Amino acid sequence: MLGTVIAAIVLALAVGIAPASAEATPTPSPSPSGDFTSTFTIGGLIRDGDSPLEGVEVRVEGQGFDEIGVTGADGRWVVPVPEQGEYTATLLPDTLPEGVAPRDPENITRDVNLSTTNTVNVLFPTGEGTVSTSNFGSTLITRIIFGLNFGLLLALAAIGISLIYGTTKLNNFAHGEMVTFGAVIFLIFGTTLGVPLIPAIAITLVLSAFTGYAQDAWLHRPLRKRGVGLVQAMIVTIGLSIFVRYVYLFAIGGNIETLDTGLTQNVTIGPATITLASLVSMGVSIVMLGLVGLFLTRTRVGKATRAVSDNSSLAAASGINVDRIIRIVWILAATLTGLSGILYGIFRQVNWNMGFQILLLLFAAVTLGGLGSAFGALVGSLVIGIVTEVSTIWIPNDLRYAVALLILILVLLVRPQGVLGRKERVG
Amino acid sequence: MDWGQILSTAAGELLSPVTAAYALAAIGIGVHFGYAGLLNFGQAGFMAIGAYAFVVPTLLWDFPIWAAFLSTILVSVLFALLLGIPTLRLRADYLAIVTIASAEIVRFVVSTSGLTAITGGATGLSGYNGGFIDLNPFAPGRYGFGPWEFSANQLWVRVFGWGLVIIASVLVFLLMRSPWGRVVKGIREDEDAVRSLGKNVYAYKMQALILGGVFGAFAGVIYVLPRSLQPTNYGTTLTFFIWTMLLLGGAATIFGPIVGAMIFAALLTLSDGIVRGLIRADIVTFISGTQAGQIRFMIIGAVLMLLVIFRPQGIFGNKKELSFNV
Repeated sequence: MLGTVIAAIVLALAVGIAPASAEATPTPSPSPSGDFTSTFTIGGLIRDGDSPLEGVEVRVEGQGFDEIGVTGADGRWVVPVPEQGEYTATLLPDTLPEGVAPRDPENITRDVNLSTTNTVNVLFPTGEGTVSTSNFGSTLITRIIFGLNFGLLLALAAIGISLIYGTTKLNNFAHGEMVTFGAVIFLIFGTTLGVPLIPAIAITLVLSAFTGYAQDAWLHRPLRKRGVGLVQAMIVTIGLSIFVRYVYLFAIGGNIETLDTGLTQNVTIGPATITLASLVSMGVSIVMLGLVGLFLTRTRVGKATRAVSDNSSLAAASGINVDRIIRIVWILAATLTGLSGILYGIFRQVNWNMGFQILLLLFAAVTLGGLGSAFGALVGSLVIGIVTEVSTIWIPNDLRYAVALLILILVLLVRPQGVLGRKERVG
Repeated sequence: MDWGQILSTAAGELLSPVTAAYALAAIGIGVHFGYAGLLNFGQAGFMAIGAYAFVVPTLLWDFPIWAAFLSTILVSVLFALLLGIPTLRLRADYLAIVTIASAEIVRFVVSTSGLTAITGGATGLSGYNGGFIDLNPFAPGRYGFGPWEFSANQLWVRVFGWGLVIIASVLVFLLMRSPWGRVVKGIREDEDAVRSLGKNVYAYKMQALILGGVFGAFAGVIYVLPRSLQPTNYGTTLTFFIWTMLLLGGAATIFGPIVGAMIFAALLTLSDGIVRGLIRADIVTFISGTQAGQIRFMIIGAVLMLLVIFRPQGIFGNKKELSFNV
């Protein structure tokens, strides 16, 4: 019955759930994912024809909650959720078996409204798919190209972290939120308000640059003047990160949004097929990284930046205005990171904690290359980007970030100063 | 607005097992950061390790409860060694990045679909607390009064959780008055000075990391005893919340982590109750019920920032003792 594959059949699950009064009051949950016993559930059944599919993942998000449900041997998945409200369920197509694809690959996210019932079932039609079963070589090349794209956009954000660390020795935990900022602003202007592509990017970058200015002028410079320690300042960035993240969730909700760039044509490079948007994204990253390289090596301000990174007291003694350089670095870093957010939003999708999810990858990239070295950050990002994508050939998709973090720990074991970092006395 | 209901929910939260778990985990980072100066940003990882080391053997091999606790201790000590050996010789901020990365690796590994048979994958595990309930010494019935009225099982889990918190606090109090504690505090102040006195700084740091890590692991067990085990609970945010509690109370103090956890839990419930009450009373009309749930987390972020800037020593701390620079 290959042609007439009946996709997913959803069965109504248990109806007889206790009276909604006492049982249904969700316990106040301090962690965003909540600690609760499963009173409310979202679930379904995923089948290819008559055979249930095992190990297919569906991501349920909303209400500050994010969890992945996996189908069992009977093709059923169930995700207990903390409270009633609006959720989205997204089929993760990568987890479908080979040869099976969603019926409508563009439409794999469902809005679920859990308001009157305790259980909602979601339908995902799947069928004989266009996921081509290709040979190892072409899979590898495809993954490497994807990894390169991911690595390049990571590099834009990682160079920001690295420059800030180099000049101020501050580990900025709010950097992930700067990535999200770029994506969210671009989403609001480019997709929601319909501003044309180039002006939307320009607005995003200007606002991102402003956040860099604001963070230095209103937060970190006053802290430096007060003589606040580096660990203390780092914990301040953690507080800022939590605050800003929930402001995003408040403003745009827990849904996953898709950026509309209009560049959806497919381009075939050898065995790999990628969208025009990805190709443009890679080009933009390379040009921007080249410009940053020229800025750091050829201009007076760039040289001054490297001097401050090297030894800020010595730089100040030679007449460099260290505070001005730090201000420029914050603005530059925020702009690059905002751009990285736009590109990451195009590469994946936009949600409220997208930046926080890759924050550790950014730290891994920066540490791998050597804390404070901008060119090290580039190398580290490319390694992390390619490793995370290529590793999915052998290991499950949901473990790919773990591989990147494992590399980080191994590098610290063998070469704590990073690949391109200078050796210094540690510990 | 029903103030009685809001206040009584918040008051009930003061003694809840979750608060006990938070307090114990905060005591753990208190040992790491407050006394030894170690930046452990992976406490959620220790909690996850502790919870899984308790639950998995219980479900898989029918471990009796004492053996499950033993497994919690053993596995968390191993995890601390694994973390400490590569990083304790490095600069303090490297330890921060490695611990946060390891905690995430733990979370990724326990929630991967490939290990569903052992860890339950992303859905987690449940049905493991029979052994614990069998040990319940309280006769069935209702105990307590007002917001603190519990069934026998609820009371047992609270007594057990807070009992562990008190034992840990007394242990930390005695340890920090001992010669061992003086060396550890010396390492926090000036590592090189302690090294020049012939002390093995690395070994002391490792012992502190293990001690705080085991507290974190027990916190993980208390956390999952009254409910099901969900891997999504052990994200980086949990670690940051525990840091907020610790800094709220005061890092290098005995009562700081406990009071910090209680204030945190009560504040969380109280702010949520008030915002929802205002919405229900139509005083605040421009935010939805979903958005109301997020305001409390914004408050936490803001509290953390303001606290660290304006009162880094917390409620009980001594500013001189905690210079904060590692």
